[in-house]
Amino acid sequence: MEQITQFVAANLIYIYLIAFTVLLGFEVISKVPTVLHTPLMSGANAISGVVIIGAIILIRSSESDDYVSLIFGTLGIVLAMINVVGGFAVTDRMLEMFKKKKKAQS
Amino acid sequence: MIKTILDIGFLIAAISFINGLRRLSTPATARKGNLIAGAGMILAIIIAIIYPLGDEGSGNYPWIIGGIAIGSLIGWVAAKKVQMTAMPQLVSIFNGLGGACAVLLAVLEMLKSSADNKIGIAISVFTLLVGAISFTGSILAYLKLDGKVKDKHVILPGHTYVNIAFLIASIVIAVLYVLNPSSTMLIVLIVISLVYGFSFVAPIGGADMPVVISLLNSLTGISAATAGFIYNNQIMIIGGILVGASGTILTVLMCNAMNRSLLNVIIGGFGSSGGSSSGADLDGKTAKEVSSYDAAVMLNYSSSVMIVPGYGLAVAQAQKVCKELDELLSENGVDVNYAIHPVAGRMPGHMNVLLAEADVPYAKLKDLDEANAMLPSTDVVVIVGANDVVNPSALDDPGSPVYGMPVLKVWEAKNVIIMKRSMSPGYAGIQNPLFFNDNSSMFFGDAKDSINKLVTEIKSLG
Repeated sequence: MEQITQFVAANLIYIYLIAFTVLLGFEVISKVPTVLHTPLMSGANAISGVVIIGAIILIRSSESDDYVSLIFGTLGIVLAMINVVGGFAVTDRMLEMFKKKKKAQS
Repeated sequence: MIKTILDIGFLIAAISFINGLRRLSTPATARKGNLIAGAGMILAIIIAIIYPLGDEGSGNYPWIIGGIAIGSLIGWVAAKKVQMTAMPQLVSIFNGLGGACAVLLAVLEMLKSSADNKIGIAISVFTLLVGAISFTGSILAYLKLDGKVKDKHVILPGHTYVNIAFLIASIVIAVLYVLNPSSTMLIVLIVISLVYGFSFVAPIGGADMPVVISLLNSLTGISAATAGFIYNNQIMIIGGILVGASGTILTVLMCNAMNRSLLNVIIGGFGSSGGSSSGADLDGKTAKEVSSYDAAVMLNYSSSVMIVPGYGLAVAQAQKVCKELDELLSENGVDVNYAIHPVAGRMPGHMNVLLAEADVPYAKLKDLDEANAMLPSTDVVVIVGANDVVNPSALDDPGSPVYGMPVLKVWEAKNVIIMKRSMSPGYAGIQNPLFFNDNSSMFFGDAKDSINKLVTEIKSLG
């Protein structure tokens, strides 16, 4: 119990951050129209690749002979990077199609 | 000094995520929004590479750069090669990879952290569980969407109870691990959470796919956010929560579009239960067929046409010919629009992307409410490979499994042409009384061939 109160006290700012981000996230995303739900999903998906930051920090703080951390950490970077680059690239490809239509119409 | 500047950089990256998502609210600004979010991600990655860690050992930069290079290359190629119809599969697999990365981070952290840091361990365990479910769940979702795994092959008898057992077992093992970490328990925990991911998605299939993809997306976001707690990294927390929020909203929207609770979807088996009351009173009636000539005449001399595309259109790759039909009719002064049900396709908004690829202007894409308001004054509705989303049983037959689901009220239009391969029921396996209405007529055949025939007929009408 004591550990939990200590944790809350030490991380209060993060708890605020989470609460506000949740509300902000709901607010921003509920405005996205149905037409754009697939790009929203793939774009959001790319953002979830932000776990790569953790993998980079992990590898940087590992000893250079700690091969378990290095190999699995690098694997983590590869996987998350596929998620990031692929996600943003494919979202861009989809949104390009929507944009083209707008010009053709006007 | 340098630390503060880099911290501000992380802040800018976080703001660009939010700003990018905000710009997705209209098609005109959406592309820029995505680029802004992408730029934020690049910034965050660069900062993570150069951020002073204080006590760091060796840097190990070749590993980092190598990983980034390989991942970027694979991601780029996959994104450029994918067919728009295969988008749900691609999004699932990408999503699974994000979850897998969270699992790796959690496990490596658990190997390092001391047994006294209970909260730290609890966060890692939670990240592991959620990430693992999202990882293997997404892989199975990919296999199902790609047709490599059929629903019936992976559903066990009493699967609901199997899943409940898995859930309880993983929670118990997680708690035991937190109280007394050991490498044996860690392995058990990893295995059970990975297996649970498969088992979780196994009974969900068919028309519920958009829900499960959204839900898995949300889980990956949550695991990224909790991984952010492991590293005390704000940008991971913010990014992860935004994804979690987006996935949650889409999950709720998709559930509403089918008038089912999330629990009901997870417990699963669309159409496996439910009454068959609608079957009996249809036996006496027969659906009438329409020739391509008659259909062409009907379309050509109408003043408004509403096309209702379903997944059948996507499967037949008929978007392009559909657009051709649209252009031909528009030239003859017919007002052509598209009615898009929220669950048309295999992921939220999928049909819009497919039609956008075929150059259909997005102003012509009407959502459920808009379309229903327009249908009573529509002359001809053309249903291409859709079934359950136009089933009147949803409104008037409490015994039907689709009862209560919001549907497109196509029967309010003057005429309905239904393009279908055969009279077989749709994906959910439910009979559709719409086909037997007096103003309905069937046009059998492959969606692409059928529309091609119409195009040829209309051209010959000159």
